[in-house]
Amino acid sequence: MVPLSYYLVLSGILFACGVTGFLIKRNIITIFMSIELMLNGVNLSFVAFAARWQQLSGQVFVFFVMVVAAAEAAVGLAIIIAVFRTRETLNIDQVNLLKL
Amino acid sequence: MLHLILFSAFGLICVAGAVNLLVQRHPINSALSLIVVMGSLAVEYLLLGAEFVAAVQVIVYAGAIMVLFVFVIMLLNAGEEERTGGSRVAWLIGIPGMLAGAVIICWALLRHSDAGSAVIGALPGAPADIAQLLFHQFLLPFEVTSILVLIAIMGAVVLAARPESKQETKKEG
Repeated sequence: MVPLSYYLVLSGILFACGVTGFLIKRNIITIFMSIELMLNGVNLSFVAFAARWQQLSGQVFVFFVMVVAAAEAAVGLAIIIAVFRTRETLNIDQVNLLKL
Repeated sequence: MLHLILFSAFGLICVAGAVNLLVQRHPINSALSLIVVMGSLAVEYLLLGAEFVAAVQVIVYAGAIMVLFVFVIMLLNAGEEERTGGSRVAWLIGIPGMLAGAVIICWALLRHSDAGSAVIGALPGAPADIAQLLFHQFLLPFEVTSILVLIAIMGAVVLAARPESKQETKKEG
């Protein structure tokens, strides 16, 4: 028996790590990985609440989140490749124009 | 008791991987520690009785998405991160605010920990039950996500295509 709050605290810590990485990292790929970390933290709280309230729909929502994350990863990495091709850099500080 | 020990062990591995993701400078090290985080999260899902989610976590997240990440890191030959100062607003307001928010949330959750506890294997997380729910109650969202994935595939192909090959196809057409 593990209290529900422990799972929620773990998911909060993961989310906070993701936000911190998003703020302090300068590499565009690492920033993208921080977003995946945040999504994982949210997924853990979904599954913990599903177990607490005995509702399977929480797990179905995790499935949907994973599908959206996979689609997002494919498109996001394609954008990163396009940015690298035009700018020859992965540093987010040097990507300061929307125009190519 | 065993449940608590397993939860703490894999929770610690999870947090250590997440912190390592922030500390490492090379993107490939960050990607490998993210795989550690996802693998230990799969064990946490198993402890909650969510077998299907744990399997999908390993296959989709730790498998497919991370292979995509590692592939792009290798393709772009990403080197070590240059540490520039970054935004001053992020250092002054963003990080203290985020830390304060995390501490307040943890404190509130642990103070009101009478929300009940998760029992091991209490939830019928068998794939058959989830399929029953997914293909009856959530059929429309499921079909909508298939359209989303189709659009994402097309978008990725269009974005990652080389500009030269686009001109060649124009000439041919």
